[in-house]
Amino acid sequence: MSAPSIATTKIPIPPTPPDEKLVTGGLTFSDVTNLVSQVTEQKTPRNWYLAFAFSLALLGVFGVSVLWLLWEGTGVWGLQQPVGWAWDITNFVFWVGIGHAGTLISAILFLFRQKWRTSVNRAAEAMTIFAVICALMFPGLHVGRIWMAYYLFPLPNQMGMWPNFRSPLLWDVFAVGTYFTVSLLFWYVGLVPDLATLRDRAKTRTRALVYGLLSLGWRGSMRHWINYEKAYLILAGISTPLVLSVHTIVSFDFATSVIPGWHTTIFPPYFVAGAIFSGFAMVVSLMVITRQVFGFKDLVTLDHLEKMNKIILLTGTMVGYAYAMEFFIAWYSGSLYERYAFINRAFGPYAWAYWTMITCNVISPQFFWFRKFRRSIPVMFVLSIVVNIGMWFERFVIIVTSLHRDYLPGSWGYFMPTIWDIGLFVGSFGLFFTLFVLFLRFLPVIAVSEVKGVMPEADPHHHAHEEVEEKAPLRTAEAS
Amino acid sequence: MAKERLLVAEFDTPAEIVAAAKALADAGYRRFDAHTPFPVHGLDKAMRIPHSKLGWIVLAHGLVGAIGGFALQTWSSTVAYPMVIGGKPYFSFQAFVPVTFALTILLSAFGAVFGMLFLNGLPRWNHPMLNSRHTARMTDDKFYISVEARDPQFDETRTRELLERVGGKRIAILEA
Repeated sequence: MSAPSIATTKIPIPPTPPDEKLVTGGLTFSDVTNLVSQVTEQKTPRNWYLAFAFSLALLGVFGVSVLWLLWEGTGVWGLQQPVGWAWDITNFVFWVGIGHAGTLISAILFLFRQKWRTSVNRAAEAMTIFAVICALMFPGLHVGRIWMAYYLFPLPNQMGMWPNFRSPLLWDVFAVGTYFTVSLLFWYVGLVPDLATLRDRAKTRTRALVYGLLSLGWRGSMRHWINYEKAYLILAGISTPLVLSVHTIVSFDFATSVIPGWHTTIFPPYFVAGAIFSGFAMVVSLMVITRQVFGFKDLVTLDHLEKMNKIILLTGTMVGYAYAMEFFIAWYSGSLYERYAFINRAFGPYAWAYWTMITCNVISPQFFWFRKFRRSIPVMFVLSIVVNIGMWFERFVIIVTSLHRDYLPGSWGYFMPTIWDIGLFVGSFGLFFTLFVLFLRFLPVIAVSEVKGVMPEADPHHHAHEEVEEKAPLRTAEAS
Repeated sequence: MAKERLLVAEFDTPAEIVAAAKALADAGYRRFDAHTPFPVHGLDKAMRIPHSKLGWIVLAHGLVGAIGGFALQTWSSTVAYPMVIGGKPYFSFQAFVPVTFALTILLSAFGAVFGMLFLNGLPRWNHPMLNSRHTARMTDDKFYISVEARDPQFDETRTRELLERVGGKRIAILEA
């Protein structure tokens, strides 16, 4: 932010507020194009193969766990009475939650005109889609007889049966199915102009053909941009209530039941805040690695990461508030079962899980009150992983501690996962990473056309300073 | 089909393309277009492009989703497969809200994406702009104006002169 480098030019340049300096390092339009496109064009780096091999190995673990599950049935998991619903649903809620940050960045921040979102939204949306794919695996698999999974959908059949539309589990099918479809469409619409960029830079016939087909013949026409921007705005507008509704409906799976510990009205907002919390943590983990590996430090700047860390602090604190409020309501309700459920949660056999959750979700984000920690790459990377561990435990705590002590002491139990529970969960990361690593290799990781659109040079009124720019290419060097 | 012909000119900055588009529109051209790597603000006004009609398409789709979704649940729960579950009435409309909502959003999204492609006439892979490397930088950092030969105002020499006057470079005819 030091002025001297500007002072060397004669014509004064209006100072750019720090918030508007979204692209640093004095990059031009074509620098942005090159920086992002060359990732897909250069020879595949060795590290990519390493990452891909590691992801594939984990995916193999997933495949074996799924095959064994289908061969033997859900008995291979640690499910028993009274805990008949454990890691499968924990993992489902965990992965759906992670997806939420992508939609928040692409839709809600778009409506609020937070221009900084442009450098992270593509990767975050990809993360959403891959996380929702992982999430959909679990309800798909835990139906047990997977070949009957079509019962989930209102399909006319020879038995004349229809699904029960009063069940929150069916609402889930529609909510998450819609969420996946809309996220995919939103992502693809955003990709079209950038795929056209890759097409126009293509050096080989295959690239020209594949990116040409995928970009649908996009030619940057202003008459098209008008409809395109409208479509983007509408998609953002409808995705906003959608993303808030998805985790709300996921929370209904629990909240509409009469199990103490689940039957609470705070669940919808509390689940949504938790979803955004874990999702942003995942975005930070992924972006820290991506910008490091691909040299996107001028596009995904420390300012961007700091903003996301602020959101992590905010939503983490909201989650902490919800934990406290659950306890208060349990006491205030006067219901013995409700009180018992919560005292048991914090001090019963699963206390270790409860306090892991509190430490990771409530205490660890408090470091982000300090600017130094918010802007420290190692700190944010570690904390973002800690937060996601905590958020997995949150779902585990909610689900298992509420179930493991039924009303009668005769129906008490302690859930222990089997190797197949663990294999399926660890393996789902393989699915996620495989998709993400492929995305990093073959698609533009940063929304090129959107980033250009928020650069000061994109404004037609910017031309007054153009001369100065050419003579003083160091204008933005002050930021580095 | 007759060959499609375009006269294209290249510009370096958003400001230049806005000025050029304005000059063409003022000269009475209607069948011309601008090709930019990102939407340039104010260019739509300069080109006198009317507002997008996409909103109406989305509204229609959303209504189909809302009405269709609610009707599906009502019909299947009351007529096709009436079952008492949890002591609730067959027509328990409160419980139908989440699915109705999800289907409204789903159909609206289809309307937005496919409606946008429909209005834009996409996918279309055989356009003159895509046929040569001449305008390959339209998705990178250059800005192009293309005037269709079908435009009543079009005259190869005079249009070329106009484009030159407003600062157009590398003027060429593209065909497909």
